[in-house]
Amino acid sequence: MTDTAISTTALTAKQYREARTRRAKRAGLLKHVFLILTSLIMIYPLIWMVSASFKPDNQIFGSLSLWPATFDWDNYGQGWTALSVSFTRFFLNSTLVTVLSVIGNVISCSFAAYAFARLEFTGKNMWFALMMMTLMVPYHVVLIPQYLLFLNLGWVNTYLPLIVPKFLAGEAFFIFLMIQFFRQLPRELDEAAMIDGCSPFKIYWAIIMPLSLPAMATAAIFSFIWTWEDFLGPLVYLNKVEDYTVPLALRMFLSQDGASQYGPMFAMSILSILPIFLFFLIFQRLIIRGIAMSGLK
Amino acid sequence: MEKFFRRNFAGYAFLAPWLIGFFLLAIGPILASLWLSFTKYNIVRPPQWIGLDNYFYMFELDDRFKKALQVTFTFVVISVPAKLIFALGVAMALDKGIRAIGWYRALFYLPSILGGSIAVAILWRQLFNYDGVVNSALRLVGLDGPYWLADPKYSLWTLIVLAVWQFGSPMLIFLAGLRAIPTELYEAAEIDAAGPVRKFFAITVPLLAPVIFFNLVLQMIEAFKSFSGAFIISGGSGAPLDSLLFFTVYLYEEAFSYLRMGYASALAWVLLLIIAAFTAIAFWTSKYWVHYENERG
Repeated sequence: MTDTAISTTALTAKQYREARTRRAKRAGLLKHVFLILTSLIMIYPLIWMVSASFKPDNQIFGSLSLWPATFDWDNYGQGWTALSVSFTRFFLNSTLVTVLSVIGNVISCSFAAYAFARLEFTGKNMWFALMMMTLMVPYHVVLIPQYLLFLNLGWVNTYLPLIVPKFLAGEAFFIFLMIQFFRQLPRELDEAAMIDGCSPFKIYWAIIMPLSLPAMATAAIFSFIWTWEDFLGPLVYLNKVEDYTVPLALRMFLSQDGASQYGPMFAMSILSILPIFLFFLIFQRLIIRGIAMSGLK
Repeated sequence: MEKFFRRNFAGYAFLAPWLIGFFLLAIGPILASLWLSFTKYNIVRPPQWIGLDNYFYMFELDDRFKKALQVTFTFVVISVPAKLIFALGVAMALDKGIRAIGWYRALFYLPSILGGSIAVAILWRQLFNYDGVVNSALRLVGLDGPYWLADPKYSLWTLIVLAVWQFGSPMLIFLAGLRAIPTELYEAAEIDAAGPVRKFFAITVPLLAPVIFFNLVLQMIEAFKSFSGAFIISGGSGAPLDSLLFFTVYLYEEAFSYLRMGYASALAWVLLLIIAAFTAIAFWTSKYWVHYENERG
């Protein structure tokens, strides 16, 4: 009798387990269907744009197809020189602004983060609270006085208003990201170095910097992407076409009344996001971890 | 005195770039724009003190200000919850050992990293054109789509869709949060025969509340600040019929098209106060629905 009782329980447990795996399998299948459909819808517009960049204009409108009837590389050649200034210039401008901004951001933000995470000084908590508050302030609020300041300095129509703020640790998000990372490094390292007579500068340079390359790289990547895509800053400060960065140049396709410019416009749009896309492919892991760690957008 | 100096020197040396930036580019401009908001200023002539006139005009006579508020609030109130619900749904489908998770994650995040670019804003204009991709797809199922961009009834929806499309970053943060919920809780609930809905509301939501709150505040601030999409899609003016007149677009127009720097500064301060108020409300209500693990003891 005990035997039967045991075997019944065993049976039900087994059945229960089987039912559970069956259910899990079915749910897993449903999930995959949902995920595949969603990702196709998400990605469709981007692939459509790539394909439109190869289509002649009469095939762009009213067409859902992702495969151009004929591959037309002309759009790229035409787009590159379609505006009064060639895209060679726009890409060089963007590269200059972006590279200097990335350098500025990484240096100045890691300095501030090192001070907040590792050094002791009077008023540290107050400054830290103020730094966190600047995270909330929209750029539009400081835009006008900053513009007037740079106007008085004679910096409008130069790249200085876009670059100099980056050397002054203006993007508090990066400070926050690096503080989070620095705090994970063992303090014993600093202490040992201090006993060996290292100055805080030496510790930053020889210990903190090399150990936090992933955090520096994450900040550099985000800084690259945001500066490359930035529209409002260049829109306000750059008025001469030959100074334009790529996003401003793209906008010129819209303000011109060239109804036949769609193909070239999409070709240049694709080229404009290509560097970001490549960065994403290469540094995907860093990017995804950076977001999970600090809530960067 | 010397000791005090020595103790603080390194900290302030590393903090120096940020401190300069904080005074010159953050707190200075914030206070300057407060002062400017009480003046009439068009750059050519010196600022002229007019007391509260800008604010009286704004709240009593300026219909475009009211329209901008209405458009922005509608956008925030619809796009933020929609984005978060979508992000949470996808994150839940992605959680727990699903195959090819890396691929899905990358695909879902891609729109967020490209979404701020002008290229995508240009693409969006094309997608929602009358003979664009969206209407072509609708025609396949026998529907006649409206003039999405030209009809003020629909134009804001194109931007809401654009915002929801960029759900990648809250999704990644949700994923990290879901990982932290112990599986045993769900197993225990299953033994008690709790269905998926019950499990969601009794386990997932309460344990995820801090992450939901974090995403909510972040996305809300982000939504209030959004600019380039509306600027490009509306052709820089908030058209059609001001239905895309985001607060930031109106502010830009007042400041840099009409050079009404005083009035635009008043708008900027109103924006700052609105964001601060919404954040404060979120924090205040969070007492009732967000409980942190370590508080429970």
